[in-house]
Amino acid sequence: MPRTLLKLLLPALTGLVVLAVWQAVHEFLSEEMRFLLPSPGAVLQALVDHRATLWRATLNTTEGALLGFGLAVVVSVLLAVALSLSPLVRTSLYPYLMALQMTPLPVLAPICVIWVGAGLRSVALLTFVIAFFPLVVNTTQGLISTDRNLVELFRLYRARPWQRLFLLQVPAALPYFFTGLRIAATIAPIGAVVADMNAGSSAGDGGGLGFQAVIFASQARYPALFATAATTCLLGFVLNAAVLALAWLSLHHWHDSYERADR
Amino acid sequence: MSPVVQIKDLHKIYESGEVPVHAVRGVTLDIHRGEFIALMGASGSGKSTLMNMLGCLDRPTRGTYLLDGINIDELDRNELADLRNQKLGFVFQGFNLLARTTALENVELPMLYGRHRHQSMEQIRERAMHCLEIVGLANRFDHFPNQLSGGQQQRVAIARGLVNEPQVLLADEPTGNLDSKTSVEVMGVFQKLNDQGITIVMVTHELDIARYCKRNLVLRDGVVVRDAPAEDRVIAEHEMKRLKEAEAAAKLTSAAAAN
Ligand SMILES: Nc1ncnc2c1ncn2[C@@H]1O[C@H](COP(=O)(O)OP(=O)(O)OP(=O)(O)O)[C@@H](O)[C@H]1O
Ligand SMILES: [Mg+2]
Repeated sequence: MPRTLLKLLLPALTGLVVLAVWQAVHEFLSEEMRFLLPSPGAVLQALVDHRATLWRATLNTTEGALLGFGLAVVVSVLLAVALSLSPLVRTSLYPYLMALQMTPLPVLAPICVIWVGAGLRSVALLTFVIAFFPLVVNTTQGLISTDRNLVELFRLYRARPWQRLFLLQVPAALPYFFTGLRIAATIAPIGAVVADMNAGSSAGDGGGLGFQAVIFASQARYPALFATAATTCLLGFVLNAAVLALAWLSLHHWHDSYERADR
Repeated sequence: MSPVVQIKDLHKIYESGEVPVHAVRGVTLDIHRGEFIALMGASGSGKSTLMNMLGCLDRPTRGTYLLDGINIDELDRNELADLRNQKLGFVFQGFNLLARTTALENVELPMLYGRHRHQSMEQIRERAMHCLEIVGLANRFDHFPNQLSGGQQQRVAIARGLVNEPQVLLADEPTGNLDSKTSVEVMGVFQKLNDQGITIVMVTHELDIARYCKRNLVLRDGVVVRDAPAEDRVIAEHEMKRLKEAEAAAKLTSAAAAN
C-alpha cells in the first residue's frame, strides 16, 4: 500500500475508533448522567445549530491571535537586537522578561482590561505577552551565538556594528528565530482563547471562542460547549499553519538562502 | 629596497594571568619583499604571539616594529587598523568563511570597509573575481562554503586575504586543518602568489610544509634559534604531479592484482 494512503487511512481509522468508544461510553452512562458526555451526534448538531455564533467567535479570536502574534514578532526582534548588544543589557532585562512570562494569563487579564478595555485589544495584548517570550529568548540566543572567530574577523576588517549585525549575526540567528516562531505560532491561538475567556467581551460584534465557552458553560449547554472545544482545536491547527505560512511568505528569500546553504 | 618588515628586539609579556608570561623575548628580524618564510617551533614557543604582533593585532611590550617603513608605535588605534588593512592580508587555520554566503561574497568582505569604500560595487566584484581566479576557483564563485572541499575553502580564504592587495600575507597554520594532499594544493597557491611578488609569512608545525617555503625560522621559548634558507625546497606543482602519478600507478597495480 502506498505510504501516503496509509498516512491518511491510519489517523482516520483511529478517529472512527475514538468516535465509537465515545458513543459507547455515552450509551453506557445512565440517563441522568449523559450530560457529562454528549453523543458525537449531539455535538455535531450543536455545531450546526450554533454555526453563526461560533463562526463570528472564531473570526474574533483569529483577529486577536494574529494581531498579538504579529506584534510579538516585531517587538521581539527589535528587543532581541537590543539584548544582543551587551551582556549588561541582558542581565538587567532578563529577570523582568521572565517575570512577565511567569505571571499566569488569568492574573494579567484583569490588569489588561483596566488598561485597554475588554475585548479585542486585551486579547491581542495578552496573546502578545505569551507569544513574545519564546521569540525574544530564541532570537537573542541566535544573535549572540555567532562563531567567535568570525566576530574577530569582522573586527579585523573594521566592520561597522550594523554590518556585523546584518552580515554575520542575523543569518546566524535565523534558525533560532524560526524555532521561536514555531513555538510562538503554537501557543498564540491557545493564548488568544485563554485571554478571551478572561478578558473577552460581548460588546460590539460579540466575543471570541473563549468567551463563548464561558457562556455556554454557564447556560449548561454542554453539546455546544463540546462543539466550541472542537472549533478551538481546529482553529489552533489552522492558525498554526497560517502563521507559519505567513512567516514563510514574508521571509521567503531570506529563509530560502538559509535553506540553500544548508543543503 | 628597504625591508617590508623590520623588527628590533621585540618582546611580548602577557600580564593577564597570575604570573606574567614572557612569550616573545627579543626577536630581531628583517623581512624583505618577495620572501616566503616558515615560522616553526614547538607548541607554546611564541609563534602565534609573534604573528599577532607582525599582523598589528597586538602591540609589542618592548621593541620597535617598522612596517613598510612606518613605525607602528607612533600610530593610534584607528591609524594602526588602517595600516593593517592596507598592507597585510590574513589567512587562518580554520578558514573562517561565512556559511550562508557565496565564495565571491566571502572574498568581497574585507573590501566593504577601509580604503575600498569609495569603489563601486562592480569594481569590488571585479577585484574579488580576480582574486578567485588567482587561487583557481573563479568557476566556483557562486558556491557556498559547504559545497567546497577543505582545500578549496582555504583557497577562498586566501583569495579573501589577497583582496586588499596586501604586501605581506600572514598565515597562522593555514594547512593545520588539511590532509597532506590538500596541503600541497594550498602550498601551490602560496608559491604561485610568492612568484608574483607577494611576501608570505606562515606558521607551521610540519617540516614537510616548511620545505615549500624559502626561509625557515625556528622559535624556542620566544627566541629565534635557527634562521636558514629552506633545505631541499619542494615545488608544489612537481609534488602534485608526482602524487598523481603515484596514484595512477597504485590504481594500475591494484587493477592488475584484481585480474
Ligand atoms: N592572551 C594570552 N595571555 C596570556 N598568555 C598567553 C596569551 N597568549 C599566549 N600566551 C602564552 O604565551 C606563550 C606562547 O603562546 P603562543 O600562542 O604564541 O604559542 P604558539 O607557538 O603559537 O603555540 P601553538 O603551536 O600551540 O599554537 C604560551 O606560553 C601561552 O600560554
Ligand atoms: Mg599558535
